[in-house]
Amino acid sequence: MATEEKEMKVTRGCNFLVDEASLDDVFIPEEFDEEQQMVGQLARDFYDGSVAPVNDEIEALADGVTVNLLKEAGELGLLSVDLPERFGGFAQTKAVSMLVAESLCKNASFNTAFSCHTGIGSLPIVYFGTEEQKQKFLPGLATGEIIGAYALTEAGSGSDALAARTTAVLNDEGTEYVLNGEKLFITNGNFADLFIVFAKVDGEQFTAFIIEKNNEGLSLGAEEKKMGIKGSSTTSVILQDAKVPVENVLGEIGNGARIAFNILNVGRFKLAAAVTGGGIAAMKETVEYAKGRQQFGRPIAEFGMVQHKIAESLSRLYAARSAIYRTAGYIDQNIATIDVTDPERDSKVIDSAIREYMVECSILKVFCSEALDYTVDEVVQIYGGYGYTQEYGAERYYRDSRINRIFEGTNEINRIVVGGEVMKRAAKNSIPLFARAKALLDELTGFPDLGDDDDTSFLANERKLVNQARKIVYLAAGTMGQTLGMKLQDVWGHEELLGLLADLIMETYAMDSAVLRTMKLKERGAPDVDTFHSALTRLYCNEAMARMEITARTLLSAIVEGDDLSMALSGLRRTAKYAPANTVALRREIAEYAASHDDWGL
Amino acid sequence: MKILVGLKHVPDTETKVKVADDGVSLVEAGIKFVMSPYDEYAVEEALKLKEAAGEGEVLLVCAGPESATATLRQGLAMGADRAVLIQDPRFDRADGLVRASALASVATQESPDLVLLGKQGVGTDESQTVPMLGELLDLPHVSAVGTLEIVDGRFTAHREIEGAVEVMEGSLPAILGCEKGLNEPRYASLKGIMQAKKKTIDVRSAADAGIEDGALGEGKMVVWEKLDLPAPRSGARILEGEIDDQVVELVRCLREEEKVI
Repeated sequence: MATEEKEMKVTRGCNFLVDEASLDDVFIPEEFDEEQQMVGQLARDFYDGSVAPVNDEIEALADGVTVNLLKEAGELGLLSVDLPERFGGFAQTKAVSMLVAESLCKNASFNTAFSCHTGIGSLPIVYFGTEEQKQKFLPGLATGEIIGAYALTEAGSGSDALAARTTAVLNDEGTEYVLNGEKLFITNGNFADLFIVFAKVDGEQFTAFIIEKNNEGLSLGAEEKKMGIKGSSTTSVILQDAKVPVENVLGEIGNGARIAFNILNVGRFKLAAAVTGGGIAAMKETVEYAKGRQQFGRPIAEFGMVQHKIAESLSRLYAARSAIYRTAGYIDQNIATIDVTDPERDSKVIDSAIREYMVECSILKVFCSEALDYTVDEVVQIYGGYGYTQEYGAERYYRDSRINRIFEGTNEINRIVVGGEVMKRAAKNSIPLFARAKALLDELTGFPDLGDDDDTSFLANERKLVNQARKIVYLAAGTMGQTLGMKLQDVWGHEELLGLLADLIMETYAMDSAVLRTMKLKERGAPDVDTFHSALTRLYCNEAMARMEITARTLLSAIVEGDDLSMALSGLRRTAKYAPANTVALRREIAEYAASHDDWGL
Repeated sequence: MKILVGLKHVPDTETKVKVADDGVSLVEAGIKFVMSPYDEYAVEEALKLKEAAGEGEVLLVCAGPESATATLRQGLAMGADRAVLIQDPRFDRADGLVRASALASVATQESPDLVLLGKQGVGTDESQTVPMLGELLDLPHVSAVGTLEIVDGRFTAHREIEGAVEVMEGSLPAILGCEKGLNEPRYASLKGIMQAKKKTIDVRSAADAGIEDGALGEGKMVVWEKLDLPAPRSGARILEGEIDDQVVELVRCLREEEKVI
């Protein structure tokens, strides 16, 4: 990392809910140094030069195409960007691995194969493997000689992963486990050489195993016929008396949940980077199309309703990308505090440095996959009838997007993670959410603070909106804590409430991240920050605040009633009050900029 | 074998350029600069020759601004051994002779066995540097080389000409300009990028590079007076009606509207 980043201090997970971040502690993608930018350029060049020319073959699942591309990516080092150096990796930051992920995203099928291999297919061994397992498998995973896959889901256990029925029984000699069961929807299934498989030892202890493809008793089901990402292989993995040597147990017996859920944190933020890159690429193509498509004697890119779609997509993608690199920066700062010579380093990275930001990882997964979905929907609309045909990319982007709200933990499960974990950390007082809620109540029962509305400094209004957003979270979380209290320890029965709270928290992180990035760009004297980036930020914050008020109202109305509700709603009205910007004009500005510039700097 | 490769740092061909207020330079903010695409063939060919020989050195040279280190770093990441950046305000909007003179000075200092360049630098596309450098150094020069063979100190270069292929032979040292299709330039791998960090880019002033006073022509022989963007393309028109009427209308358009005949 560049020297300026070394001075960043470690920021706790969820801290964005309680403190205004200092710009020095927030990483933005414009801070990559020359070498890191070259890695990003390599990924883009590899995509343009090697992946794009065989797009159709990938989509047709032609034999060997994806495997050969993965091997080529391996030779270039793209499969081992953030693997440890002693196993053939390049030990780059998580931020750099995000940069690579977002550069390979234009073909969602290839990206799925790539992300599966480099993420959930390889990282369990990096973080939980024994020295022998690492030495045996990591060099091959780094070069693509071995392709990895991850087998968790079963027919009866999707979101409820721990209900898996695959069993593992130790043989009498104590040398092998015998596995039986069937794993479903396994990405890279058809060509993977190594599977991380989860099974219950003696039907009880959830445990991870490394199983090689040629393992006796392991067979594959047929390719699934999917809605999208048709060029990514998805099969079932059938285990019939599969004998797995005890040295292939990953982690400890009964420790599978820790592996499964921690690895998903990484999978989630890598997915976020990939889908955001995909959204930007799709919108880029669409804007070019809209500039060329004439109706009523003018390019459709000049029509206000088309401009609305472009600008709205871009403001979400900008907030998404700001939040991704901010989170990557936090994780990297945290990892940097772990001694490189510590023998426990790898497990500390995943168990502590990454887990600390599990809320942020889940936010990114939900927020970015939904930003992509919004974008590709509008992409089809801008292409009109052509968007519904297979002549252009729009139709494929639309189909390919949909899976992102489902895999790596459905967005529903991730919302429960966000809402539930924040309430848990608040209850333990590891974030002072309830204290802030109490302070807010005192403020609301006192005289209104008229504030200094004449603050005309850069983004003063939006910085204020972020503070209001935090207060809406305090109001919602505080009221939930008061009325539901200990009942919230069991999330079931309160899922919608946690989901609504998660939406408030996500909007806050997105707004805050966009504002911080734009402030930092301004501080760095970036070109066009006063026009384009500030317009994106203002648009996002204005719209988010309007959505938050509705969400908070729904939430409060569900947990309190009568006078308490009236009190809470009047508090909400006061907290959410703002002078709206002219978002119609902002959207036009944004769309005009996008139509007249090649490099959007999103 | 020691191979010198001349590089030019140019705006990405995908970038839409804008002319600055002075009318003779480009607005650089927001423009991405890259290694001139033909130069990539030169770097690749040099690396292949070195690899085939199993020994040798690939030296990159660029006459350009400080930001050109990015292009040199790219070449180093592809696998070149070292790089020289010559800096001088006179390289700003320099003509071919100024650049060729600068490269000639470094070539004299370094005495390479072979000099490879792109056949032209994207941007101004003058295709002058190869022949000028050959003449300044009094060495054989061939440009637009599509196939190259080097055996026992002699080169055989194939170049496509109208309807035929011209085969040129000569002795080394020589100056060769590389054409698209000569090879498939490699990616700068992660390993290459990491190694490039440890390689030095030797920044030299014109004097350090052995460029004598007056060698740069003191002021340029070609002066940029004005830059204009191509006129925006107006929409195409499909002529309708009987073929005879279409011809009449076409001639009228060419004469009266486009004024080309």
